[in-house]
Amino acid sequence: MTQQKEITRVQELIYEMKVEQVMVKDVITVEPDTPMSDLRSLLRDKRISGVPVVEGDRVVGLVSIEDFIKTLSDGNMNCLVKDQMTKNVKIIYNTDRLVHAVREFDRWGFGRFPVLDRKSRKLVGIITKGNIIQRLLNKLEIDYHAEETQRFQTSHFFESIITDKAKLTLQYDIIGKDFNRAGEASSNLKKSLKTMGIPQQIIRRVAIATYEAEMNVVIYADSGSLTVRVTQESIVVEVVDSGPGIEDINKALEPGFSTADDWIRDLGFGAGMGLNNIQKCADEMNLESTVQKGTDLEFIVNLNGEGKDETI
Amino acid sequence: MKLYKVFKTLNLELKTDDKALTQEVTGVYVSDLLSDVMANAKIGNLWLTLQVHQNIVAVASLKELSGVLLVNNRQPETETIRKANEEGIPILVADRPAFELSGELFNLMDK
Repeated sequence: MTQQKEITRVQELIYEMKVEQVMVKDVITVEPDTPMSDLRSLLRDKRISGVPVVEGDRVVGLVSIEDFIKTLSDGNMNCLVKDQMTKNVKIIYNTDRLVHAVREFDRWGFGRFPVLDRKSRKLVGIITKGNIIQRLLNKLEIDYHAEETQRFQTSHFFESIITDKAKLTLQYDIIGKDFNRAGEASSNLKKSLKTMGIPQQIIRRVAIATYEAEMNVVIYADSGSLTVRVTQESIVVEVVDSGPGIEDINKALEPGFSTADDWIRDLGFGAGMGLNNIQKCADEMNLESTVQKGTDLEFIVNLNGEGKDETI
Repeated sequence: MKLYKVFKTLNLELKTDDKALTQEVTGVYVSDLLSDVMANAKIGNLWLTLQVHQNIVAVASLKELSGVLLVNNRQPETETIRKANEEGIPILVADRPAFELSGELFNLMDK
């Protein structure tokens, strides 16, 4: 079953991907008047099996290790590249789909194709079968990794706990004004969520929002606590502090509004973007605050939601 | 592009151990506001900043950035280096301002 699936995935990939995603960009070239004898060290040092022959920025030929061997066996090492190169070079374009390149390899039986930019027709790369295989394997590996993490989802973590309903609570203390330890709670939370097999995208959103909430406590309060409740449906984060409280919540929610001290801003904190970042990452946010008493911030990230911002 | 290539081409100084230089650089983000980086940097970005305290490591690690490049020869605090090694976040230093580095990186990434 798996094999069938991967074959189709490869087919899908070669239709999806373009030649420019696979080609080698730093192309080594030679000139028509390069002596064949120079080719030997070039091919050996660069570990390549053929190079395009370029005059100005035009590809005029291709010379490969086969040509070199032929020259060697003819005992003709004093001749120039232009005498031995393949002149009728088949090229492909950077914007061609990979499937086209695969067909061209089959059709001509060549080991490599120079890649030209479709507009300027300048040489922009070179592609070999090896490049294609390597890139496909690399891409499959990424896919496989993604699938694996997906497969080991939260539901599995909870399924392995035998109960009707599971709710996991994680708690972290936050120490105010301690910029050295600031961010630690968020980092630890992120690691824990990873172990639970929560999808990457969700973890990122929770981690960013939690970091911002944690920083707010560090900047403004003396101490606070971070409580995270994970269920099969959602992750609920509550950050409570006994700080000075927020005078005007609407104002605090305005992007760029900040009451942080200058020295804190010099460190790069207190830019007035924290609450906005939290709003952006969370599916729901509630903020309650009493001046002189403290602030209670809660936000929810749904596990089965559509996924808010895909680019986080 | 691998971070190693950026490190070599721009002639940077590496402050952490070289384990993480194989990371892929997906782009560059320049900012000294941590919240801005939290909001807008993308996974795998190289982050240019003048901030040197250890919280840059927390930000880089949470955002899964490929590295932090300190501009204008700003030196990271010892604690910052220790944390960065722990989290596998490479910290690099350049003797040039952010503008110049951005230009060099822009050209390099464009290729």
